[in-house]
Amino acid sequence: MTRKPHVRKVYWNAPTMTWWERAYLFEILRGLLITGGVFLRNMGKWMTGRKGALTTYYPEETRADYAAGNRGKHILTQRPDGRPQCIACNMCATVCPAKVIEIDAAFDAGDLAHPKYPSRFEIDYSRCIFCGLCIEACPEDAIRMVKETPALPSGNRDHMWLNLTELINWHPQSDVAKPYPPRDAVGSTHPQRDAMAMPGGRRDEAASPYAVPAAAGKTGPAP
Amino acid sequence: MIQDLVVHFVYIGYALGVLLTFGTVLTWVERKQAAVMSDRIGANRAYVRIPFTQIKLVWWGLFHGIADGLKMLLKEDWRPRTYDRYAYAVAPWVVFTPVLLVFAVIPFGGTLDPGNLLQAMPAAAAWFDGHTYPMQIARLDAGLLIVFAFGGISIIGAMLAGWSSSNKFSMLGASRAGSQMISYELVMGLTVLGLILIYGTLDLNVMVQRQSGILLGFLPAWGVFYQPFAAILFMTAAIAENKRIPFDLPEAESELIAGYYTEYSAMKMGLFMFAEFIEIAIVSALFTTLFLGGYNLPFMADAGFTFPGNHVVPMAHGLVVVTQLLVFLGKVLLMSSFQILIRWSLPRFRYDQVLVFAWKFMLPLAVANLSVTAVAVWALTP
Repeated sequence: MTRKPHVRKVYWNAPTMTWWERAYLFEILRGLLITGGVFLRNMGKWMTGRKGALTTYYPEETRADYAAGNRGKHILTQRPDGRPQCIACNMCATVCPAKVIEIDAAFDAGDLAHPKYPSRFEIDYSRCIFCGLCIEACPEDAIRMVKETPALPSGNRDHMWLNLTELINWHPQSDVAKPYPPRDAVGSTHPQRDAMAMPGGRRDEAASPYAVPAAAGKTGPAP
Repeated sequence: MIQDLVVHFVYIGYALGVLLTFGTVLTWVERKQAAVMSDRIGANRAYVRIPFTQIKLVWWGLFHGIADGLKMLLKEDWRPRTYDRYAYAVAPWVVFTPVLLVFAVIPFGGTLDPGNLLQAMPAAAAWFDGHTYPMQIARLDAGLLIVFAFGGISIIGAMLAGWSSSNKFSMLGASRAGSQMISYELVMGLTVLGLILIYGTLDLNVMVQRQSGILLGFLPAWGVFYQPFAAILFMTAAIAENKRIPFDLPEAESELIAGYYTEYSAMKMGLFMFAEFIEIAIVSALFTTLFLGGYNLPFMADAGFTFPGNHVVPMAHGLVVVTQLLVFLGKVLLMSSFQILIRWSLPRFRYDQVLVFAWKFMLPLAVANLSVTAVAVWALTP
């Protein structure tokens, strides 16, 4: 039996190396200098209090490359007395293509101008597509979207809902064209509007059923 | 007699503490350093909550080591249906134990004089009766041989693990581990022979003391300046011995799942990983001792500094001991960090390239280095 000697195939794109590259050690040293340099540069940034990584903490930080027009979270606007502007007309829930808004309407005899109000207003962020049609549909400017994203990552879909309290106690970071929620009567930025408020309205913010302590409902980035 | 026992128990406790701490801390260093090298942040979500408060200690992700350890301990200890259950059970220990034992001959400090340290307590000082102890668990004149003897045992562990798992991937990994480790052990031994010729001893402590002199009038007399080639070859061979990238053929994930410990789970697998991380520290300690002046700063000896130009700066004994312990740990940490830098920079070799690299490239270089050293020592020795 004759055996053909093994001939190693020569590839058309076989690398051509200089003796310097063939010696291997110098190229390895060059590689180590590159990676070590990146390490030292990033460590220097960390040590001097800057951020030495491209990673963005989610959900604590907003990505720097989010578009200026990005809107990631709904808010409900308030009347001067702290109650929601929403009149529970259900138009947003009707127009919503993902059917994520659930509203229960209720009757408030104390507020004759707006007797209908939402006793429950919930948005399911696991299904929301952030199309903004609810804002378009709203006749009362009661729902808006802001630039933040809700801090809702969770292993459970049932934990990805925002309810009325969370939607109305928003802490504006960028979208502050209208001074909502108003401060108390003394430090109010809109004294006239406060004066026009309904006689039955509750001015005292602490007495509002939707008010929460300032620290509790905070959704901004964690320190 | 009792005094010797006390001192050596303290040494053993210190060595075990240092090694196990390095084993856990290096897992964190590896993660974090890899992350910083590649513009990431790294593991930082494990935390310890102080009981009854909402204070969560994150500490740059240091607690991920504890989380890993707990996971390893609490996982199911799954066993394959293998024909050799005893070899399977004993293999992790055969890998792990020699790694710890190697540290017995590595000096982690100079000479300790308890009588001098305990001057504030005359009774305790008198009890030691002026005895001095080198800071080394076992002072053996065959120190370097012991290192290689124990290093050879862990090959048996890897082979046993692969053989007794009755898994093809394990078997392939074990055969790769065997051929690779035996090849590189040869290279490692040949590189160190040059140092033995220069220092004329196998005793690691004496080697360190010989390195506290001055070379050519301005350099510290470190091994790395006597034998730069040997230092590079030794480091390469040591990484190959430790089976880490770029020489991680025995456990190449993309080819062999986990190589020779594919069939191991829970803490048995943890022992393999732990042995690998402790071995990083051991290799660094060995490299420090042989090439980087051991536990001494440049120009430093047990009595103090002797700078070029014969400037003598004497130091108190307590200060010397503390400095030497800290310098040793610092050098070991730096070298471990360097090994991790290599591990995250280089791609893996092909299997045939590993062996060709050992036998056709490194072995001739090591032999050449040894011959040149031998001739130089013969010519320069009066």
